[in-house]
Amino acid sequence: MVENRPWANFFAHLTLMVGVAVVVFPVYVALVASTQAPGDLLRGTLPMLPGAHGIENFTRMWQSGVSNAGAPPAGKMLWNSFIMAMAITVGKLSISLLSAFAIVYFRFRFRMFFFWLIFLTLMLPVEVRIIPTFQVVADLNMLNSFAGLSIPLIASATATFLFRQFFMTIPEEMLEAARVDGAGPLKFFKDILMPLSITNIAALFVIMFIYGWNQYLWPLLITTDPDYYTIVMGIQRMTSEENPQWHLIMAAVVMAALPPVLVILFMQRLFVKGLTETEK
Amino acid sequence: MASITLEGLKKTYAGNVAAVKGVDLHIQDGEFVVLVGPSGCGKSTLLRMVAGLETITEGTLKIGERVVNQLEPAERDIAMVFQNYALYPHMTVYNNLAYGLKNRGFKKDDIDQRVRTAAKMLEIEDFLERKPRKLSGGQRQRVAMGRALVREPAAFLFDEPLSNLDAKLRVQMRVEIKQLQRRLKTTSLYVTHDQLEAMTLGDRLVVLNAGQIEQVGTPMEIYARPATMFVAEFIGSPAMNMLPLDYLAQQDTQGVLSQLPKETDTVGIRPDDMQLTPPAAPYVMLDATLMLFEAAGAESHLYLNLAGSDQPTVVRTAGQPPVSEGETLQVYVTSDALHPFNRTTGKRTAH
Repeated sequence: MVENRPWANFFAHLTLMVGVAVVVFPVYVALVASTQAPGDLLRGTLPMLPGAHGIENFTRMWQSGVSNAGAPPAGKMLWNSFIMAMAITVGKLSISLLSAFAIVYFRFRFRMFFFWLIFLTLMLPVEVRIIPTFQVVADLNMLNSFAGLSIPLIASATATFLFRQFFMTIPEEMLEAARVDGAGPLKFFKDILMPLSITNIAALFVIMFIYGWNQYLWPLLITTDPDYYTIVMGIQRMTSEENPQWHLIMAAVVMAALPPVLVILFMQRLFVKGLTETEK
Repeated sequence: MASITLEGLKKTYAGNVAAVKGVDLHIQDGEFVVLVGPSGCGKSTLLRMVAGLETITEGTLKIGERVVNQLEPAERDIAMVFQNYALYPHMTVYNNLAYGLKNRGFKKDDIDQRVRTAAKMLEIEDFLERKPRKLSGGQRQRVAMGRALVREPAAFLFDEPLSNLDAKLRVQMRVEIKQLQRRLKTTSLYVTHDQLEAMTLGDRLVVLNAGQIEQVGTPMEIYARPATMFVAEFIGSPAMNMLPLDYLAQQDTQGVLSQLPKETDTVGIRPDDMQLTPPAAPYVMLDATLMLFEAAGAESHLYLNLAGSDQPTVVRTAGQPPVSEGETLQVYVTSDALHPFNRTTGKRTAH
């Protein structure tokens, strides 16, 4: 594309700008709304310029929350969300790496049967199996605990499947060379397979973290103790109140949106590094 | 260092597919043996059985005096060079060489010394801190050899190590492998489908076909006296011409064919042994039409249609003879150029 057509250029940029505006505008509104005084958002017209109460709103939300609406301090909820998301992410990654390793590199009985069994669960989203899962978790006395929040969500057919596909692209000679070099299965996994999958691990880390962070239904079901509330369900609880305090809700929303953004920014570096330095 | 002994080695895959159908072979200590054959003849499978990457269905495999049938590759004291090198892409060249030693619990100083010695021998010292990705094909090949070298194993196994290189580099690496093996005197087993590589590298050649040994011998023995029609046609380029005895007999006015054994029904003649000028010794003269002329610099290939035969025939001659396509000419064959075979057994009839 080396042609020089000013009008085409103009329209291309216009389209891009409109697109960006559509995406950015709601975020901007949330930011602006989080800086208003209590009554400002209920007057009918939405203010378009930042107000003066930003620090006040954020501090209040961070320190005390909206307890009468069932929302403990945002700091606590963010921490809960973080623990849950990390537990889910790390758990999912380790389990799916190991199971993909087993499925690709070991010849055991019913290998394909197990693979398809895992694959089948891909078709069942959390919501479908949520009642039986709740029953199991309740019977195991895991309600109102981090174990209950994260363990049922750890099994991941998607990640297992992706790692399986990736492992199958690694030439078989790599395994054979490692065997001749005296590396047993675990050494091969640790020294060869893991470093080679680092890009995939980074990509899945981002996806899994956001998946864990955005869990809403599951934490809502199994937590009744405010000590285990997560930020996403906290926000929902605040909005279902009779007189929602939108300035505080928006402050919580902005805080809830930050960690996933940070994870993406941080992981992006690893990503790019992985992409430029790994080669088969 | 050790000898390698294969006794009745067989490999049968699921579904009763026999890849290797009983191979007996003794490789002496320090010998360079090349396994050669067309693709699918079982040569790679055989090598991988020696390496321990394929299980042995039947037979015994000894490295030195030890039966190693059940041992893991790492326990067999062998090193292997793979066709696609199989270098660890995330490790530096240094770590690629050191990995096998680390796994065997060598001391750090010892590893360092061995890696540097091997790197020096292969002239890859300058790349030790680089990743394989940053190396050219030839350099990667050297690293793969280095990985085998550092361990100072009882035997080297090469699985078509040169087939990913361009023609010029292949010749260069071929010479280097030969020199290296001469210097280290490590028993080596080398697999290739390239008969030129096989001829130039091996102390001994093993020609394989359909999972069985056709002939074992020094390269010149095999070239001069191929034991079967398969070997005759496989070794040598262009391939040996095979002419029916009946056809040759019709042209035989000087009794050249009278010495051939009775069972002979096919006669092989190397393209080099067909002459364009009448020799002093008794000869058979064949009339031919030149169909295609290939000039390859120092030599020329003439593709002929022999009068009264539908067998395509090639003649290789030095320089550039004064003939052009479509012309008729005569080719002469003397008795010492004849390789007598029997078509039903596929074997050579003379001893």
